[in-house]
Amino acid sequence: MFKRNLIAAAIALAYAGPALAQDAELAKIREEIRQMKDAYEKRIQTLEKRLSEAEANAGKAETAASKAEQTAARAETATAQAASARSGENAFNPAVSLILQGTYARTSQDPNRFQITGFVPSGGEVGPPKRSFGLAETELNMTANIDPYFRGVAIAALAPEGGISVEEAYFQTLALPQGFTLRGGRFFSGIGYQNEQHQHAWDFQDAPLAYKTFLGNQLKQDGLQLKWVAPTDLFMELGAELSAGDQFPGSDRNKNGVGGSALFGHLGGDIGASTAWRAGVSYLKASPNARSYQDTDSLGGAVTNSFSGSAKLWAVDGVLKWAPNGNPRYNNLKLQGEYFRLKQDGRLTYDDTAQTVPQFGVTFTDSFVTDQSGWYLQGVWQFYPQWRVGYRYDALRYGTLSNGIVNNGLGPTAANFPVLANHSPTRNTLMLDWSPTEFSRVRLQLASDKSRRGVTDNQVFVQYIYSLGAHGAHKF
Amino acid sequence: MLKIPEKDDAIMNWLGVLISAALWFAAPPAFAALNVFACTPEWGALAKELGGDKANIYVATNALQDPHHIEARPSLIARARSADLVVCTGADLEVGWLPLVLTQSGNPKIRNGQPGYFEAARQVVLLEIPTLVDRSQGDVHPGGNPHIHLDPRNIAKIAAALNERMAQLDPPEAGHYRARSKAFLDRWQQAIARWEKEAAPLRGIAVVGYHKNMSYLNQWLGIREIGNLEPKPGLPPTAAHMSELLARLARDPAQAVVRSAYNDPRAAEWLSQNAKIPAVTLPFTVGGSDKARDLFSLYDDTLARLLVVAK
Repeated sequence: MFKRNLIAAAIALAYAGPALAQDAELAKIREEIRQMKDAYEKRIQTLEKRLSEAEANAGKAETAASKAEQTAARAETATAQAASARSGENAFNPAVSLILQGTYARTSQDPNRFQITGFVPSGGEVGPPKRSFGLAETELNMTANIDPYFRGVAIAALAPEGGISVEEAYFQTLALPQGFTLRGGRFFSGIGYQNEQHQHAWDFQDAPLAYKTFLGNQLKQDGLQLKWVAPTDLFMELGAELSAGDQFPGSDRNKNGVGGSALFGHLGGDIGASTAWRAGVSYLKASPNARSYQDTDSLGGAVTNSFSGSAKLWAVDGVLKWAPNGNPRYNNLKLQGEYFRLKQDGRLTYDDTAQTVPQFGVTFTDSFVTDQSGWYLQGVWQFYPQWRVGYRYDALRYGTLSNGIVNNGLGPTAANFPVLANHSPTRNTLMLDWSPTEFSRVRLQLASDKSRRGVTDNQVFVQYIYSLGAHGAHKF
Repeated sequence: MLKIPEKDDAIMNWLGVLISAALWFAAPPAFAALNVFACTPEWGALAKELGGDKANIYVATNALQDPHHIEARPSLIARARSADLVVCTGADLEVGWLPLVLTQSGNPKIRNGQPGYFEAARQVVLLEIPTLVDRSQGDVHPGGNPHIHLDPRNIAKIAAALNERMAQLDPPEAGHYRARSKAFLDRWQQAIARWEKEAAPLRGIAVVGYHKNMSYLNQWLGIREIGNLEPKPGLPPTAAHMSELLARLARDPAQAVVRSAYNDPRAAEWLSQNAKIPAVTLPFTVGGSDKARDLFSLYDDTLARLLVVAK
């Protein structure tokens, strides 16, 4: 507007001089000026309009161009990503995941002196975690299809004190017909319910007492497993395992042939939309040879006891999960229980000859027969998204334990077998955990553990579990 | 002296039982319909439209279950065992449970890459492919947003591909599937035209969603989603995020807060009361409301519920 006035004023000034002549002339000039002013205004308005239109169009074009660029960039990235994902040497890399775990532990009893009195020690890492801050095993998991016929899985545990152990490493068939799957290598046995689950998927920091006692925490088989799923609407699965049988209740035998075998059957299904269940029966047989454990004699000296013979384990397991309409996101309940019964029949050898001043100095061997059992029942309730509470009750039954060495009264007495003293352990455990996502979990666990005869170990654990990398599905 | 363990009679007997049982069950059934295992209700409904009485359909989940969080239940393994065709979304929606079910079922016909394994997401263009694939961004799907079924044009593409797959797996009935598919697609195209006309008032309205599971519906109808109740995909709503949303709504008002039937109602109700906008519950999939009994009524009901707030 300012510009327009300026132009008008300039024009007016230019004509100002000659306008002094006559009135008619003046009027004519005025009229001319007015016309020119109008014309200029019109032209200026048109120009302004065109300018603003052009500006708007340019803006639009710019937005469109940038959008197009973005789309192109995105498309390029996508293509590049797709290309890089589908070519090159690393295109067939296995899915990798890593589990980070650790604890803070406070126990009223010394965890290094842990024992489950009344039962032959299983040799597994069954004690509570070390006091104060402690790193648990870091789990490295790799899995991929090998070819159209096999899939491979390897899970390595990196121990906090150094060293790597193989948790699982097996092949599994992909193409067997009729519901058969064959697995070979090292794998968690299919017996029981919790045995096949990885420690990071357990609902408590530690294994039930029955697992610690009868399976050395968790039974790994080195061998073969054949599984068959029936083509029925009710879930029905049968499995058989042949193995070296070198883990408790078996032992390394240094013999040809099969050292251990296991059979299991599972049934499962849904009750309405909200409830799912699975129940199973398992049988495990092993033939330990010189399976040894350390104990102390009545004078506190070190003794090695070793067992050879047969071990037969029966297990019954059941799990029931409930969630409103089967949507576990907000609330869900999980009930789980298992019963184990272990029968051993063979001979036990008592050996204190390694001591500098032994009480006996000779070995004793006599019959050794046990019939013992244990069970647990646990419930976990997710009362709010991300938050769960759980309670577990554990009990072991001493049952019968007939030790020929003690019975014949010629050498060592019951006082020379303190681990086998008559005791039926129990434990009460409470836990509260918070899982911001399915990849992270922090847990508080309180337990009153009467595994040791005459002693109660009050335990407080804080545990974290983090899962990195590939999204592994969890078993039911 | 250790006695040598007797021959493993138990295990041999057991193996015998196992194998004879397998042979017993392996006898082909007299009535051989195509056994379809559908991961979610929408694919079950689509397979039913295409298969009619020639397909036995088992739907693994219901509309009130969060499709990201399904347990690999024994019943699913049992049904996958005898399936001829698995129809799932793909794009990692079922990654938390389906691979396990397929592996445990011992059924080689339905493994990923076999004709018996059908992924709907492979038939359509996915939206919201993340530029940053990192778990710090919440539950992101590297391949793009997998909730593809609420754009009916996607359903049409998927129906065409699924029809071909069913015909391939069951050649004697190929004609049956093609005829049904053609009839379905004709009805479907008419329905799309009708829905687009009905939904015209929805163009440009703004809503707050719960999870990013309505993106395809929003894109189809021109609905603007200005925020989500979840602070990040898959994370439950937090108080801090909700008050931030409320502040955002004061500047940029929305007409409604929208959630699907399986989402927790509490956060949506809170925002509805505090922002004074209606809360709308969409069926999300077949079975998510009384009226959403098949794919057609799913869209009818969805539009009807949204149109209430557009007026």
